[in-house]
Amino acid sequence: MHTEALSLQGITKRFGDVTAVDGVDLDLPRGELACFLGPSGCGKTTLLRLIAGLEAPTRGRIHLGRDDITDLPAHRRKLGMVFQSLALFPHLSVAENIAYSLRVRGDAKRDRRQKAQELLELVQMPDVADRHIAQLSGGQRQRVAIARALALEPELFLLDEPLSALDAKLREEMQIELKLLQQRLGITSILVTHDQREAMTMADRVVVLNAGRVQQVGTPLEIYRRPANAFVADFIGTSNLLRCEVADGTRVRVHGHTIAVDSLPDGLRAGAGATLSIRPEDVRVQAGTAAEGDGRLGGTVAFVRDVGQSVELYVDCGELRLISHVPPRDKPAVGQGDAVAVELPAAACTVLAQ
Amino acid sequence: MTAGAAPGAAAGRGATLRLRPRHLLLTYPGAMLGVFFLGPFGIMLAVSFFQRVEGAFYEPAFVFSNYARLLSDLFLNNLAFSLSLSMLVAAVSVSLAFPFTYLLMRLSVRWQTLWLVFLLSVLSLSEVIVAFSWSVLLSKTAGVSNVFVWLGLLDSPTSYAPGFIAEVFGYGYLTLPYTVLMLYPQMSRLDPELVEAARTMGASPQRAFFSVVVPTMRQPIVAALILVFVFTLGIYLIPQILGQPQHWTLSVLITDQAIYQSNVPFASALAVFLLVTSLALIALTFVLGGRQRVGRA
Repeated sequence: MHTEALSLQGITKRFGDVTAVDGVDLDLPRGELACFLGPSGCGKTTLLRLIAGLEAPTRGRIHLGRDDITDLPAHRRKLGMVFQSLALFPHLSVAENIAYSLRVRGDAKRDRRQKAQELLELVQMPDVADRHIAQLSGGQRQRVAIARALALEPELFLLDEPLSALDAKLREEMQIELKLLQQRLGITSILVTHDQREAMTMADRVVVLNAGRVQQVGTPLEIYRRPANAFVADFIGTSNLLRCEVADGTRVRVHGHTIAVDSLPDGLRAGAGATLSIRPEDVRVQAGTAAEGDGRLGGTVAFVRDVGQSVELYVDCGELRLISHVPPRDKPAVGQGDAVAVELPAAACTVLAQ
Repeated sequence: MTAGAAPGAAAGRGATLRLRPRHLLLTYPGAMLGVFFLGPFGIMLAVSFFQRVEGAFYEPAFVFSNYARLLSDLFLNNLAFSLSLSMLVAAVSVSLAFPFTYLLMRLSVRWQTLWLVFLLSVLSLSEVIVAFSWSVLLSKTAGVSNVFVWLGLLDSPTSYAPGFIAEVFGYGYLTLPYTVLMLYPQMSRLDPELVEAARTMGASPQRAFFSVVVPTMRQPIVAALILVFVFTLGIYLIPQILGQPQHWTLSVLITDQAIYQSNVPFASALAVFLLVTSLALIALTFVLGGRQRVGRA
């Protein structure tokens, strides 16, 4: 039995000399919302357009359920897609926009009207059916675009940075609303975004992309807690990334300091170079000095940034600069120039092969 | 068009008729318009009421005989033919230029520029050259029918000019570059995601073109139709070279009256009549074309 809704095999897309997508293999389970996350130019939008049939892959196959859709033109794929510009038709009313796909399919006028109304209720805008697009606010247009993409009850729902035009507050609200809608409908969805917070909010599964390649696939917390490489660790949230050398099976050396770690990636021997990643919220800072030991370092506070909801401490330990985030209530009584003891818990230290 | 209307509307809202410094800025274009456009038009309007003097030129008067004379079957039929021809050419020109401009958008910027330069260079050709080139191209001895014979499509070469079709070809050749250049700026601003959205909703490329691109571009299409219509009303050389006498337009008759018959008052009356009729038609197009207000996303 097929549990994958969508399966990509060795998908490569070249535009002239530029390789936008480079050998992507990916299986997305039915009913989940996956996020393609990466910096601009990483190939995430191209990958979405390949799935939608708006681009043809240079190499590789795309399967939707059991069917190979690689050579199917966009208008036969029956996917719902929300575009970055929303692409609402300015010459049609809200209801006509939503019912466009039904009209193309040849549904009767009364059925189209009824379905448009149902979809408008689904996106909580029952009263705007006869308005023109120009009369709607940004958030309303957003909802119309979502309703329109769902009109054919597609197997796959594609969203290309659909919330990027909204202001920050509305965007956060829409993220939650859209996620709840997706869960209620149980529709397999792919969301393209460069906003890691948006990905963390909405995704069941995050696909981190860089330079046309998949860097890591996992749940938001997996990606955050156990980044597969330095790129992911740096791109998802902030991270202290330290060049290190493997000392033995449980310790690495960073600028002369010895730091204990829980585990090492397979195949790293003593003396091998690697990167140590630790999240700022896992770096503990206490006033006073401490004996240097596994994961304990002495340092001086270089800078304190107190922004109210969190406190950021910049600590210099010799040549090493570490950033620590602490909640305001746990803020140690230290100021710029004070000596402090820094602790890097072994469980929070991730060693990334190079 | 909309941009032109906006300052007038703003001034109207001001209600007071005080002279402001920015109004002085309008004196220069206003004066130029008065001297070079309204002045000659006023003279022509006046002359259309003058009395022609046989064997001489004309003398000032205020008679309606020139207007009375144009209300004959000959001139009214000719007016109908001229207006129909211009409408036909406008329709042909826009229906060729529109898909062409749409496909032009898919080329790289470099190729787009080359095409636009080519079209601009076509505009630099004089009407006479265009007319004679087409007359050679459609002739029996050296024309395109010889190619058809060589291809086995025809038994013997024939002549396509002078004739109505040849005339339409000549008109279309002159207006096509204008139409493309008129549609290009609007088309380049068309969001390509509109068509892609239609495609993901099941519309074939053709269906997306007709159900999304054409209606979205309705205003530029109407503007281009009007431009071609007005532009072709004034053409008077091509009908004489590529058309037979029954295909001559009102502009040909005006030229004939003014230059060969030395009847400037009657020529002026014809010109005023043509102007008023075409203005009325353009106004009608605006009323019909602008009725359904289109919101811009």
